[in-house]
Amino acid sequence: MTARIGVVTFPGSLDDGDAARAVRIAGAEPVRLWHGDPDLHGVDGVVLPGGFSYGDYLRCGAIARFAPVMGTIVDAARGGLPVLGICNGFQILCEAHLLPGALTRNQHLHFRNRDQRLQVATTDTAWTNAFQPDQEILIPVKNGEGCYVADPATLDQLEAEGRVVARYVGGNPNGSQRDIAAITNQAGNVVGIMPHPEHAVEALTGPSLDGLGFFTSVLKHLVGAPA
Amino acid sequence: MPRVVVDVMLKPEILDPQGQAVANALPRLGVTDVASVRIGRRIEIEFAGEPDLERAREIADKLLANPVIEDFTIHAVEADEPVDARP
Repeated sequence: MTARIGVVTFPGSLDDGDAARAVRIAGAEPVRLWHGDPDLHGVDGVVLPGGFSYGDYLRCGAIARFAPVMGTIVDAARGGLPVLGICNGFQILCEAHLLPGALTRNQHLHFRNRDQRLQVATTDTAWTNAFQPDQEILIPVKNGEGCYVADPATLDQLEAEGRVVARYVGGNPNGSQRDIAAITNQAGNVVGIMPHPEHAVEALTGPSLDGLGFFTSVLKHLVGAPA
Repeated sequence: MPRVVVDVMLKPEILDPQGQAVANALPRLGVTDVASVRIGRRIEIEFAGEPDLERAREIADKLLANPVIEDFTIHAVEADEPVDARP
């Protein structure tokens, strides 16, 4: 049976189309979910895409967190549903307290848009099990508020528990603490990543095909490969 | 209408690059005696009835501020009191 992966559209989402396309290229069936509909329509996983939900008003992701669909997603994620938040999706996951810390204004105040090398720091998640440990990948980064911050105790805990999922290499684009580009929750089913794997899934439009690994990972996870 | 004012500031230990950028611009105005600038957000809430400080605190804690990176303070202002007159 083909896995069904939901992609949520909030007012102001931009990358929902590309996320759905990446799901399809990976071999799953994308299911478009609407912010105002709390029904997840039986999906096996959820992607919160990039963009500027609710115009980034107040704080990035602060208002999206209270969308009807998010109440259901938060409950389902606590029950083990794989959830990947990309860029604005990562910000929403932090605002929803599914992931610790927060994403703040890039330290240099500039919007950064470039192809970015990352090192996959753990393959022990629902969204990164298709990579090799310490594998270097190249995917686009594009954000103005991607600087990951948390208190030192939280950062130490993330590192001690192997919950830093990816780090920036070859230059930190936003000042994120400890070069953190992606983190996961304790169970490994919820991952937030600032760069954009969904933009690196085919040669015509991406700098590599490295992003595809996130979407094939969740399919492996769903058929029972150890996360 | 009576209002409740919520002031949201980044916690002291969180870097404020906006404030730094403003501080760095001040010498261009000839201002050289400012040590640092930090930028926050002021939110004014009007209740339909009496201002409810506890309710405002709940709103601030859940939505207006992110306790991971921000602190907030709350105070009520009188209907005819210009908010700018507050300390």
